[in-house]
Amino acid sequence: MSEFLQHLINMLVLGGTYALLGIGLTLIFGIMNVVNFTHGVLYTFGAYIMFIVVHQLGVNFFLALPLAVLAGWLLGATIELTLLRPLRGSDIDTTMLVMIGAWIAMQSGTLWIWGGVAKSVTTPFPEAPLVLGPVSVSWLRLFVLAAAGMLIVVTYLLINRTKLGCAMRATFQDQDTASLMGVNVDLIYTSTFAIGSSLAAAAGALLGPVYVIFPQMGDLAAVKAFAIVILGGLGNITGAVIGGFLLALAEELGAGYVSSGYRDAMGFLIIIAVLIFKPTGLFARSERVG
Amino acid sequence: MKLGAAILTIIALASVPLWLRDPYLMNALITTGIFIIGAMSLNLLLGFTGQLSLGHIAFFGIGAYVSALTSLGFDIGLPGGFRIVHDPWPPIAGFLLAIIVAGLCGYLVGLLSFRVRGAYFVIVTISFAEVVRLVALNWIELTQGPLALTNIPSITIGLPELGSLTLRTKLQNYYLVLAVAVAAYVLISRLVHSHFGRAMRGLMENETLAVSVGIDVTKTLTLAAVISAGIAGAAGSLYAHYIRIIDPEVFAFINTVTMVIMVITGGKGSLFGPVIGGMIFGLLPVFLRPIMAPEAQWIAYGGVLIVILFVLPRGIVPSLAQRFAKRWNRSPAAGPVTFSERDAKEPA
Amino acid sequence: MASPATALKVEQVAVHFGGLVALSDMNFSVGEGEIVSLIGPNGAGKTTAFNVVTGFLESTHGSVSYRGTVLNGLRPHQIADLGLIRTFQRTSVFPNDTVYDNLLVGLHRQGRVSLFEAILGLPRARSSQRRLRERASELVEWVGLERRAHDLAGLLSYGEQRLVGVALALAAEPSMLLLDEPVSGMNASETHTFVQLIRNIRDRGVTVLLVEHDMPMVMSVSDRIVVLNYGRIIAEGPPDVIRNDPAVIEAYLGQGATRA
Repeated sequence: MSEFLQHLINMLVLGGTYALLGIGLTLIFGIMNVVNFTHGVLYTFGAYIMFIVVHQLGVNFFLALPLAVLAGWLLGATIELTLLRPLRGSDIDTTMLVMIGAWIAMQSGTLWIWGGVAKSVTTPFPEAPLVLGPVSVSWLRLFVLAAAGMLIVVTYLLINRTKLGCAMRATFQDQDTASLMGVNVDLIYTSTFAIGSSLAAAAGALLGPVYVIFPQMGDLAAVKAFAIVILGGLGNITGAVIGGFLLALAEELGAGYVSSGYRDAMGFLIIIAVLIFKPTGLFARSERVG
Repeated sequence: MKLGAAILTIIALASVPLWLRDPYLMNALITTGIFIIGAMSLNLLLGFTGQLSLGHIAFFGIGAYVSALTSLGFDIGLPGGFRIVHDPWPPIAGFLLAIIVAGLCGYLVGLLSFRVRGAYFVIVTISFAEVVRLVALNWIELTQGPLALTNIPSITIGLPELGSLTLRTKLQNYYLVLAVAVAAYVLISRLVHSHFGRAMRGLMENETLAVSVGIDVTKTLTLAAVISAGIAGAAGSLYAHYIRIIDPEVFAFINTVTMVIMVITGGKGSLFGPVIGGMIFGLLPVFLRPIMAPEAQWIAYGGVLIVILFVLPRGIVPSLAQRFAKRWNRSPAAGPVTFSERDAKEPA
Repeated sequence: MASPATALKVEQVAVHFGGLVALSDMNFSVGEGEIVSLIGPNGAGKTTAFNVVTGFLESTHGSVSYRGTVLNGLRPHQIADLGLIRTFQRTSVFPNDTVYDNLLVGLHRQGRVSLFEAILGLPRARSSQRRLRERASELVEWVGLERRAHDLAGLLSYGEQRLVGVALALAAEPSMLLLDEPVSGMNASETHTFVQLIRNIRDRGVTVLLVEHDMPMVMSVSDRIVVLNYGRIIAEGPPDVIRNDPAVIEAYLGQGATRA
């Protein structure tokens, strides 16, 4: 029983960051109809920014986090402006292939600049975990959960309570009508991609210090993000949050009770199973984008 | 005239080993040839049915593992105390089984995943390849996991009257790969020019209309998937018996991306496109190696893929074909490739 | 006119989209060799009816049968296989192929040979290919597009694309042809030619069901007319009767009654 409780705790910690990853990807797909293969690279990027800012610039850990989010935002906006804007109106396959090209180039860039050796970020948290009866959880992980939770709430408010969010929702519903009603669709696209990217970077910046940082870390993260998005229904934010926690649960149980080698297979199996049995996602009928 | 060009191309390719003695280059040519076969099979899906399959390496890898395991033999335990013991068979049986098993996997994946299209289809195919990779990595009793399957025997061809010939040298393997590549090319060419090919093309261009004239979507796409997967499996088998060692990394997504880059650059939907694209990206590393770090090469590949999609979205071969056709002043003006222009050849 | 054998039979068909009723309790039949038109104001459910008959949409209720075969649950290509072929309201061609190649795709039902014959290029496959080419040329001629045969269908004028659409449907060798607003966007002379074409098609023994807005055209070509309004059939009969039916006149009043 205590083992199961421990899995639940781990699930909560992982689920928060997974949800962040998923929200970013689902926003971009829902609003822009772009399958964003650079999502994983943004995750890696966020983690490396943490590493650079903390270790090479000597900035405080807590200050480094917003910097990583900002850097993700800037990189995302740049990708949108240089690669996606000129392709507006092309078919989804072309944009997908372009994003794959960008992903390959950027990931190799990471490898080239920082090398393949894994790096770790030191954190200001005590080594000793917080022990609560039969379960224990590290302070760092608790912080990650809290920060992820806060970011999810901020994103939710951004989309539901701000003018920008309102325009985003309008664009999601019907791009042509939105643009007729004076919504600047170009601006919405760039903002959406930048926000989605900054969320991926945030997830990387949060989970990077928990594990280690290496150039290919984003690949699995991207796949998990896809699994989460498919689980929750493409374009569905609430679905992405629930999907994030469900995937984390499946992974924890899979690793705990089947074999740790298959932990990372859970995401793929979920994708395949969902698409075979319920292609619209588990929560397709519920609200979409906000 | 077209037949003449084809024969000349084959003769030119067959004569390469006569003047090229460098074993390093020969090796690059053989692996390039194997990847070109893979790219041609991917093109059947990507270029002729419009389905962006990004798990294509799964069929290649399955072919490689099936062929290797058939010729190496295995002894595995199953739940419930059963054991399966398989004694080694000749590699040529492995080659045939590789085609069959990969084709069957193509059938299953096609049947399940053609229900979803577009982005979903892409993600399902990627997931399929990753699941297969994880199985290869973790089913150590069968696959040795990360330790790799080693000492895979070379292919042996039985010749009546002359006994058997084991293809060990690079020269022999070169001709083997060339023969399989030509066979695959002819097969795909015949297929896309048959009424099956027209059905595929109809579905790609306007599915609703295609269905309304009686074209069966599932059957047509599944057929394309089976043949495509079977050819990829054959390529995988050639790879296993040539390299003689395979590990789960054969399933890496980057290998699918390599094939995709070959097809897109050469020209999807063009029969000869993957050959040209494959030559470029198969041999480029040989020339780039002395001057560029591998990471820098990959940066360049990603960049090239983007640039090609921006400036030459149809790929090299169709663009050149169109340019020549324009010079002779007989082709329709700008516009996508047509049957006649695509490879300028009706089946003989 | 002696009533011919029934080809298509639509019985109690209803279609609901969520709470919206697109069609309710629709009953009508089309006899072999007849030209029947389905008319009604915009949004009356004509195209919905077409989609149900051809399998592109599943009805919520009721049944459709063709020559005794129940069509419910069949997929569109299976219905096409029974010889029930439709055209589409919007332009519908394979835009990146030439007109001639379009027709070759349309001839799918005629070209079936086994995979092995096709790949090995066996004699049967070759002669089948030859036959298809001849047939495609014939069809191009028949709709009067010889000069455009080797142009990309997507580059043709609107009217020409509509003709390609009809030729495509004919290529599939229909025993019954369903035309969805075939003359919309055509000028008077094109429409006139098209009416001749439809009569020609019928004279070859093909049954025709037509959805159309152009009233003079409908009146001149139809044997019988079925009038839909708000998803219901409000009148049915030969053109002369429909012309003077008070319910029909009322349905059209206020929304372009002049066209009626």
